[in-house]
Amino acid sequence: MGRGSLAAARSLSLKGESIVSIIINGREAPVPADARVSLLDFVREHLELHGTKKGCNQGACGACTVLVDGERILSCLALAVQYDGRVVTTIEGLASGSALHPLQQAFIDHDGFQCGYCTPGQICSAVGMADEVARGVPSHVTDDLRAAEIALDHDELRERMSGNLCRCGAHNGIVDAIAEVYAGSAA
Amino acid sequence: MIGFAYSRATDAPDAIRRAEDDNAKYLGGGTNLVDLMRETVEAPSALVDVTGLSAEIEETDDGGLMVGAATRNTAVAEHPAVRTRYPMLTRAIVAGASAQIRNMATVGGNLLQRTRCTYFYDTDGSRCNKRSPGEGCDAIEGFNRNHAILGGSPACVATHPSDMCVALAALDAVVHLSSASGERTVALCHLHRLPDDRPDLETLLEPGELITAVQLPPANLAARSTYRKVRDRTSYAFALVSVAAALELDGDTIADVRLALGGVAPKPWRAWRAEEALRGRPATEANFRQAADAELADARPLAGNAFKVDLARRTLAAVLQQLTEEARR
Repeated sequence: MGRGSLAAARSLSLKGESIVSIIINGREAPVPADARVSLLDFVREHLELHGTKKGCNQGACGACTVLVDGERILSCLALAVQYDGRVVTTIEGLASGSALHPLQQAFIDHDGFQCGYCTPGQICSAVGMADEVARGVPSHVTDDLRAAEIALDHDELRERMSGNLCRCGAHNGIVDAIAEVYAGSAA
Repeated sequence: MIGFAYSRATDAPDAIRRAEDDNAKYLGGGTNLVDLMRETVEAPSALVDVTGLSAEIEETDDGGLMVGAATRNTAVAEHPAVRTRYPMLTRAIVAGASAQIRNMATVGGNLLQRTRCTYFYDTDGSRCNKRSPGEGCDAIEGFNRNHAILGGSPACVATHPSDMCVALAALDAVVHLSSASGERTVALCHLHRLPDDRPDLETLLEPGELITAVQLPPANLAARSTYRKVRDRTSYAFALVSVAAALELDGDTIADVRLALGGVAPKPWRAWRAEEALRGRPATEANFRQAADAELADARPLAGNAFKVDLARRTLAAVLQQLTEEARR
């Protein structure tokens, strides 16, 4: 997407407001003119970043999970227009060139997938989860809400990843992979 | 999804001006509304994005908290003052949805989310008085395992799906509203209507009225409080029954108590009768069971959900027992 088209998009207006852009994996993209376009369809169909997957398209499976300003969200329930000015990271933005993100390598090492359809969402979700744990965000299984630090044990990890379903049943490998990267081997 | 105009509000008066059209709707995180629009249950002509409005959590002069309506659910749950002073609220929020959805969903949107009754969603094949007033209800004679045992009507037995609202009901939270005709407040316990013969009217909000904040009163009682949710799987599922409870003991006597139920009624169900039965009485298991019986005396189970009556009774009594044991430790 050239600078020219971005400038052109900015000169348009939507109910009197200037359209700005979403930063996706470091690249600026003008938000779609049609407000119905979900962030998921925007990423997949407009930007042709096909790593993010459409599973249920109704917020039940987590396959579409991406990071917005570092926080994990469901791109299928997000209208792209709501995210102008925000920084979005998809699975394509996690690796550094040809070097895999440590979590991608761990999923390979621990057989954290079979068909692979849920994997991009699982990995983006786990990256967001690690930040929540570091921040001290409690979960449903956190005993002490006053604790400043949360140990990412087996129960915490599984509860915090419950928004990402795997129909192949690779959850044990998924948990092992995430535990290796973010919990030592405690989980 | 049917087309609509989108605009972003800069503050509450701006949002109210932008939503003058009768068919306009306010948009929070979109986790429920976008889905309903995709299913064509909702078809607004315009969406006014209010996620840029106040998302602050501030101390009030009386020692409570004021939570801006655009605050994300995660931000409320993780806030130190909420975790330490209103633990039932943190517990309720993290019992709901998934982490991704809690990162998107706003406080105002949580209050106004709609039922997950499958007949309400089934625009092609089911009758629903909430979706199409006067059409009939296919849930009452249908698959109604998840439906209401309290507060339902011959027109509608759908449940309110929120966990957060159950805690807010028990906490006596106050909802701040704003519209072209001014500002007002309403107790959360009175915000939602029972269905009667108009299940399409779910709250006391006037057309175009905007939720701007939720106020939590001082937390004296809430410090010893919790939320227990019973569901078909251990995570990421709606409640069959849930209980928000706060308990204050004076020796062995119940000095004060707050109770609310989720998953059993068309609105967050404040258990006034159970509270009344407990105040000033000894904190014993027998009294807990008696109070739960009093609350469930008017329960009207359907063919598929009679189990909820006993489940609600036992969960209420168990949560009170848990808080009593914690107080005595």
